[in-house]
Amino acid sequence: MATMTFADALNDAHRIEMRRDPNVFVVGEDVGIYGGIFGVTKGLLEEFGEMRVRDTPITESAFVGCAVGAAAAGLRPVAELMFVDFIGVCLDQIYNQGAKMRYMFGGKARIPLVLRASCGAGIGAAAQHSQCLEAWFMHVPGLKVVMPSTPADAKGLLISAIRDDNPVVFLEHKLLYATEGEVPEGECTVPLGKADVKRKGEDVTVVATAAMVPKALAAAETLAAEGIGVEVVDPRTLLPLDEETILASVKKTHRLVVVHEAVKFAGPGGEIAAMVAEKAFDYLDAPILRVAAPFSPVPFSPPLEQAFIPSEERIAQAVREVVGA
Amino acid sequence: MSITREKLVDAYTTMVKIRTFEEHAAQLFAEGKIPGFVHLYVGEEAVAAGVCATLRDSDYITSTHRGHGHLISKGGDVKRMMAELFGKRTGYCKGKGGSMHIADMTLGIMGANGIVGGGPPLAAGAGFACKYLGRDDVAVCFFGDGAANQGTTHEAMNLASCWKLPVVFVNENNRYGISCSVDRATCVTDIADKAAAFDMPAVSVDGNDLMAVYEAASEAVERARRGAGPTLIECKTYRQRGHFEGDPAGYRSPEEVAEWKAKDPIPRLEKKLLEMGVLAEDRIREIRAGVLAEVEEAVRFAEESPLPDPSEVTEDVYA
Repeated sequence: MATMTFADALNDAHRIEMRRDPNVFVVGEDVGIYGGIFGVTKGLLEEFGEMRVRDTPITESAFVGCAVGAAAAGLRPVAELMFVDFIGVCLDQIYNQGAKMRYMFGGKARIPLVLRASCGAGIGAAAQHSQCLEAWFMHVPGLKVVMPSTPADAKGLLISAIRDDNPVVFLEHKLLYATEGEVPEGECTVPLGKADVKRKGEDVTVVATAAMVPKALAAAETLAAEGIGVEVVDPRTLLPLDEETILASVKKTHRLVVVHEAVKFAGPGGEIAAMVAEKAFDYLDAPILRVAAPFSPVPFSPPLEQAFIPSEERIAQAVREVVGA
Repeated sequence: MSITREKLVDAYTTMVKIRTFEEHAAQLFAEGKIPGFVHLYVGEEAVAAGVCATLRDSDYITSTHRGHGHLISKGGDVKRMMAELFGKRTGYCKGKGGSMHIADMTLGIMGANGIVGGGPPLAAGAGFACKYLGRDDVAVCFFGDGAANQGTTHEAMNLASCWKLPVVFVNENNRYGISCSVDRATCVTDIADKAAAFDMPAVSVDGNDLMAVYEAASEAVERARRGAGPTLIECKTYRQRGHFEGDPAGYRSPEEVAEWKAKDPIPRLEKKLLEMGVLAEDRIREIRAGVLAEVEEAVRFAEESPLPDPSEVTEDVYA
C-alpha cells in the first residue's frame, strides 16, 4: 500500500495498463504536453511517446469518434473528455456509435474503449463545467458507467475499465482529485458492477456516489453519536448496478436514503429507489428519500453553488427523517 | 493508374450486382416483405465499385444509410445482406440492425450508419489504428453531400489531415439531402473545395464514370498507404430513386431525373467495355444471368430463413 491522491492513482492505472498492453493509448485535449488539465496523464507522454499519448485539437467529436473507430479496429483507447459537460458536442459518437455498434452488428463488434471525464461542482466553474450527468449515460444500453469515490477504487476500476471489452464512461469528480488514500501497489483490479460497503451500520442504508461518499461517511459519524447506525454503500459502478449489495443492505436496515450530486429529478437515485421499491418493498419501514441537487443549472457564486451541492447536514437530516428521530 | 481488364470486368459485375440487389429490394419492399425502410443506391454504383476496386479485405470502410452498394463492393455476402433486410436471424446482424446497420468486421466493413455524418470520425479512428499498428491498410469514408455540412465530417477531415492518417474521404454528391438540394445546402460549387481548409489534396470527378472514380481512388489510396495522408474525392452522381422507398421525390423535376438517367453509370460502362473489346454481348448476358441467379438465391435464402426469437432481444448488448 502507498498513500496517493485520486489523480495519482488514476495516473498509476494508466501507466500499468500502458506498460502491460501496447494497444492501450491515451487521446484527448491537453493530455500530452500539459499532462491533463487535472494532471491525471502527467508524465505519460515522456514515458510512452507521441504515438500513444495523443494531444488533439479542440475537436471532441473527432477524437471521441476516432477512439471508437480505433477500438473497433483493435486498439484500446482511453479518451479524456476534459469536462463531462462537453459530452453535448460529441454525444453521437459515444451513444449512437460506440454504445450500439456491437448490438446493431449482431454481436460482431468489440468496442474496448474508456471515456474518462471530470464531473461535479464545487470549484466555481459554473453551469457548463460542473455537472453530474451520469444518469444520461445510465440510459444507454451498451455503455458501462463508473463513478469512483476513493483513490484505491479509482485505480482498480480504471484498470478493469481498460481491460473491459465494452465502452466504459469513467466519471471522476473533480473535488476528489486531490484527496488522498491508501492504494494497493502494482496491478490491482476492482471489478466493474460491484458495490462496496464503505461503512457498516444497522439502522439506515445510505447509497452515495462519488464526492457524496465522503460526505455520507462524515454524516454517519455525526449520526453515530446520536445513536443512529448508518450503512454507507458506494455502488462504484452505476451501470451495471450491483443491485444485490444494495438490496442486502436495505433488507438489513429497512430504510434507504440515496444521495447524489446530479439533479434529483430523473437522476440516478430515481432508478435506485425504484429498483428497491420493486424488489424489497416489504422490507421497507419508511419511505425512500433522495438527497440530491435542486432542479437548476449549477450556479456560479459560492453561496449559490453551496446551496446547490447536497451537504453533509442535508444527508444527516434525511437519515433522521427516515428513522423518525 | 489505369485499370486492368480483369478489374474492369469485376467492377462491372459489382455494379450490376448492386443494381440487381437494389431492384429486388425495391420490389420486395413494395410487397411488404421488408420492414422499416430502405435507401437505395441506384444510379450511384460507379462510386462504390470504383473505389472498392482499389481496396483489399484488410482495408476499412465506413458507410452511410445508403450503404448496400458499399457493402457489396467491399465483398459483402448478398445472402446475409438480404436476410438482414428481411429482419431474419441469418442476416448479417441477426436481424438487430436492418438495412441501415449492416456490418462485416471480417471484411473491414465498419457498418452502414443511420446518422448522417456519423461515419467520418470512425474512419479517422480506423485509419489511426492502421498507422498505430504499422499496417499499410487504409480507411475509406463514404459520405454524402448532406454529411458534407456536418461538423463531424469537418472535424474528422481536420484530424486526419493534422495526423496524416491513411484515410480517403469519398464524397458521394448525389445532389440531395432528402429534399434539400446541394445548391441550397452549401455555397461552393464543388464539395472538393472544402478540403482546402485542411490543406488536403482533393479532386472532383464524374461519379458516374467508373474509370474516373477508379483513377482518383487509386491515387488517393496509394497516397494513404505510403503515409502521405488523407484525400478528399468528390464523386458527382445522382440518386435515381427517392430518398427512401416510398418517397415521391416531388422536389425535383422529371427533366432533371431524365437527364441523369441518360447518364446512368451502368450502360455507360457497358458501352465502353464493348467498344474496348473487354466484354462481348454474350459475356454481358452471362454476367447478368449469373448476378440475377445470385440475387434470386439471396431472396430465397432470406424468405426461407427463420425470424429471430423474441428472447434474443437483450443478447449482444455487451461483450
